[in-house]
Amino acid sequence: MKKYTDTGKKDTRSGFGAGLTELGRTNPDVVALCADLVGSLKMQDFIDENPERFFQVGIAEANMMGIAAGLTIGGKIPFTGTFANFSTGRVYDQIRQSIAYSGKNVKICASHAGLTLGEDGATHQILEDIGLMKMLPGMTVINPCDYNQTKAATIAIAQHDGPVYLRFGRPKVANFTPEDQKFEIGKAVLLNEGTDVTIIATGHLVWEALQAAEQLEERGISAEVIDIHTIKPLDEAAILASVEKTGCVVTAEEHNFLGGLGESVARTLTLNQPAPQEFVATMDTFGESGTPEQLMEKYGLNAAAIVKASEKVIKRK
Amino acid sequence: MSNTQQLEDFVTQVRRDIVRQVHKVNSGHPGGSLGCAEFLSVLYQEVMQRKEGFDMDGINEDLFFLSNGHISPVFYSVLARSGYFPVEELNTFRLIDSRLQGHPTTHEGLPGVRVASGSLGQGLSVSIGAANAKKLNGDKHLVYSLHGDGELQEGQNWEAIMYAAAKKVDNLIATVDRNYQQIDGCTDDVLPMGNLVQKFEAFGWDVLEIEKGNDIGEILKGLKEAKSRTGKGKPVAIMLNTEMGHGVDFMMGSHKWHGVAPNDEQLEKALAQNPETLGDY
Repeated sequence: MKKYTDTGKKDTRSGFGAGLTELGRTNPDVVALCADLVGSLKMQDFIDENPERFFQVGIAEANMMGIAAGLTIGGKIPFTGTFANFSTGRVYDQIRQSIAYSGKNVKICASHAGLTLGEDGATHQILEDIGLMKMLPGMTVINPCDYNQTKAATIAIAQHDGPVYLRFGRPKVANFTPEDQKFEIGKAVLLNEGTDVTIIATGHLVWEALQAAEQLEERGISAEVIDIHTIKPLDEAAILASVEKTGCVVTAEEHNFLGGLGESVARTLTLNQPAPQEFVATMDTFGESGTPEQLMEKYGLNAAAIVKASEKVIKRK
Repeated sequence: MSNTQQLEDFVTQVRRDIVRQVHKVNSGHPGGSLGCAEFLSVLYQEVMQRKEGFDMDGINEDLFFLSNGHISPVFYSVLARSGYFPVEELNTFRLIDSRLQGHPTTHEGLPGVRVASGSLGQGLSVSIGAANAKKLNGDKHLVYSLHGDGELQEGQNWEAIMYAAAKKVDNLIATVDRNYQQIDGCTDDVLPMGNLVQKFEAFGWDVLEIEKGNDIGEILKGLKEAKSRTGKGKPVAIMLNTEMGHGVDFMMGSHKWHGVAPNDEQLEKALAQNPETLGDY
């Protein structure tokens, strides 16, 4: 089994900021908008280098989504930035009509997704955003796992013609994917090969899945680990090929088990080759205040939870 | 188009198109459509600088965004008769497999439509974005938009109104169709909006009124004036005082015709008041 090394903890939102800065230098059509959270979204470098291509809209997310839609009319590629909660639920109708239904090339970039915003609590966290965005026809949904992958994803989505939801987070997490990785939208990354169970993870839970695989190996269980950075369109071929080999699956995500990655995987299996599945996700609940680590522990979103779910699902084979 | 009679004929045919579209499928919004027939006809036929054909980005031409998408019958008629798509296609309004959806959309690829509208309150934000794109592109053309007055009850408009003035989006002319009617009754009964001129001005807009919003000459004069006020650091708003249902006597001035189709007999009456001028589809 391949061991992955944490090259130093970094926040995925900084990966977004770095990717946006690079786009500012390489793609003159890229413009950025923000609703009063420049620091949180790490957009300052882009703004310093391209002040004329930045739009500060203030605390007015609905207007931001509409302006972004309008900027595409004229060939611009707008990247909107705010917290995930205000990027999705607050402006669902604006995204639905002015962006998705209108087929506009807007990149909705959402930080502080999931539980790990921590102390700010449930009003600023969101555990439903993947579901909201994946239900929109034509929307691409991406949830990268670390700094390097978030940077690569940010750069890659500028090349994709169509609306994209890019989800990332606040806390510093392990940075373990290669700096020069090739990011292909819709293509799963096979991180570890195994034969007993498939662990399919997204976002911050990918690193936890790798830790879980190491712990499972010590117990004599061979786990295959797949990083699904693109939840829609889903790489069904990769999932089915793996589950055909292992016969069972654990999905892991920092999201409600309703509407998230797990549900997309379950649908894929049901329609093709039904197999036992366990969900590591939040169970239809709101979050609360706490440190990211405390919240991951309390809501069962860590390596220990993935190990437990793997042992359980293997028994159901 | 150069003389007033030709414009009058155009408008008469547009009114005829509106009632025929709505009657055929027994659904749609004739009242507001009729009220804006003169405005949209003048805008497309006389005022906007348009390129031949249609492309989504609309670089080097004026753009128009319909925010109050429910008045699609007038929009479709004016677009078709301005050459964006075959006039015969008006026959498919609101029917299955049509590009003429109940509310306009880009989804079906209808030339002339650059954003979907229908869920109210979003069009001004989109217009601001398009106007900003023009500035970035060094494109000196203008962006026009139309909004219902009742639509201003949606809060997103006020975010956009605040933004456009603060950020000096001065290549934008937003028109409010001030007919004082919405589905449930008079705007002053449903939710009074007070003095919209003062409100826009307080937010930093340059505002002018067209008192007779169903008079071609007044509209032409007003739009020319509005155009002359662009590029001066402020977005420009027009309060267009129209009459819902204008041109069909039994529909005029009543919110009851906001979203109701005429029956066979009512259609005949409406058509008799608006005889064929440019040829029916």
